[in-house]
Amino acid sequence: MTMALTNEIVKEKLVAKFGEQVTAFAEPYGMLTFEAPKELNLKVLNFLYDDEELKFRFLTDLQAVHYPEDKGRELAVVYHLHNLIDNVRIRFKVFTDISRPDVYTATGLFSGANWMERETYDFFGVNFVGHPNLKRILNVDEMDYFPLRKEYPLEDQTRIDKDDEMFGRG
Amino acid sequence: MTEHEHIRLPEGSIEKTTTTLNLGPTHPATHGVFQNILELDGERIVSAEQTVGYIHRAFEKLAERRPLYQVTPLTDRLNYCSSPINNMGWHITCEKLLNIKTPKRVDYLRIIIMELARISDHLICNSIVGVDTGAYTGFLYVMQYRELIYEIYEEICGSRLTTNIGRIGGFERNFNVIAFQKLDKFLAEYPDVLKEFIKLFERNRIFMERTQGTGAISAERALNYSFTGPNLRAAGVDYDVRVHTPYSSYEDFQFNVPVGTTGDNFDRWQVRNEEMWESLSIIEHAYRKVQEFKGPDAEVFHADVPEYYLPEKEDVYTKMEALIWHFKIIMGEINIPAGEVYSCVEGANGELGFYLISDGGRTPYRLHFRRPGFIYYQAFEEMTKGSMMSDAIVTLSSLNLIAGEIDA
Repeated sequence: MTMALTNEIVKEKLVAKFGEQVTAFAEPYGMLTFEAPKELNLKVLNFLYDDEELKFRFLTDLQAVHYPEDKGRELAVVYHLHNLIDNVRIRFKVFTDISRPDVYTATGLFSGANWMERETYDFFGVNFVGHPNLKRILNVDEMDYFPLRKEYPLEDQTRIDKDDEMFGRG
Repeated sequence: MTEHEHIRLPEGSIEKTTTTLNLGPTHPATHGVFQNILELDGERIVSAEQTVGYIHRAFEKLAERRPLYQVTPLTDRLNYCSSPINNMGWHITCEKLLNIKTPKRVDYLRIIIMELARISDHLICNSIVGVDTGAYTGFLYVMQYRELIYEIYEEICGSRLTTNIGRIGGFERNFNVIAFQKLDKFLAEYPDVLKEFIKLFERNRIFMERTQGTGAISAERALNYSFTGPNLRAAGVDYDVRVHTPYSSYEDFQFNVPVGTTGDNFDRWQVRNEEMWESLSIIEHAYRKVQEFKGPDAEVFHADVPEYYLPEKEDVYTKMEALIWHFKIIMGEINIPAGEVYSCVEGANGELGFYLISDGGRTPYRLHFRRPGFIYYQAFEEMTKGSMMSDAIVTLSSLNLIAGEIDA
């Protein structure tokens, strides 16, 4: 009987392996969250997958977030991983410069990452290097922008018939 | 030597030995807006390319401009065969972010609704598998019980398909007497109907031949494709969010997690049938627990969260404080606390996840839906390669692909 896997053990193992390159450990609502440089994303994912104790072999979700204010690291690619045996979930983020949004693909490790990465590319323009078929998936092929980036407002900003000033969102 | 090499093509003809067939985007056999570009060698599938997005409605973008309560109707339109589960999943996500603890009675009422939704979803999926293998009767027969489930929703929230049921913290109103009467009727009549439905197919030679061994996926591949829900369980992996990450007090209930062995169409069909039996017993159990509440506890249907739960209409007209809350909620003037949360429920199709990031503003900074259907539709080619085209149709149905969920 081995010890049940805890966030502390995951963190210790990651730090032992990657040292100061894994950062920003936090546990929002109990889920271990951390960051690594984007060049290391596959090394970290592989380590989490292969390690006999960690066994994070289920990719729950993969998507991006846009932080336009955070210069040099505007796009975050977020992986949610699950160890189904010990039932532990973790969240792993890599950040990238929006002018060079290249991130290695996880499709070699997870077949399920294929469409998740296509969706992330489609909406945020993250270029998943090595992806077998990186093209738009939900939007039309002719689209020439990445609609979930924050610079594309939902409503037409030229409208003058709506005055939201009173509601703190002018 | 392939079977085509001996064919001498006339001068000038195109030397293509396979046929390209567009299955969809609107074809009666696909039960939704799906396009599959199939490359066929005779009737065998050589390759399949799926095109999705025909009904993409940009929910994730829309959500960035909406206060939390206005996101609920968007979730209705993901998997619209079981909208209440999506609604509850969203409420539970918000409650997790806001640290709201719901009363036990609310949890049990939610479980009743979610399990009814699971039954109605599985019912559609399994009866459609019947339709696609040539048996229409089952589909028509069980429709009346989906109708009864919809009537129960109607008593609770006023709508049937896109329900917008419940609120952050609980329900908009208590269940009325008619809702419970209809639930009684459902619990009394449905077991016999389900038994009959299963009997119609289970040992039917044609149905068995069409579904056994077709559209199979191994447990290993299913996990690698991030399968969840009945499709993963049919391959033999007993992963169920209700057990692994209990929400809404599922930990108070005992139920089995049925699993298959081969991951083929027949196993998926069987797993869904078994899950309907389990759902029935969960509903009965939850119903008994609801009846055990006495006195004021028996009237509780929401948590006390004035910032997010609309006050009684009567109070809005007579009390200043209620009027203020009403105004602030409706206008979306309440800042939600900053934080990021991933919360998931066992949707009828698998793990339905909500990844919500708040920067402390009035709307989500980012909201992502983990849609199980989107994730496993990509395995369709691998599951159908080399099989007959007619088997691919059955596979499409038994995976329970719902266009609304895939396209978000």
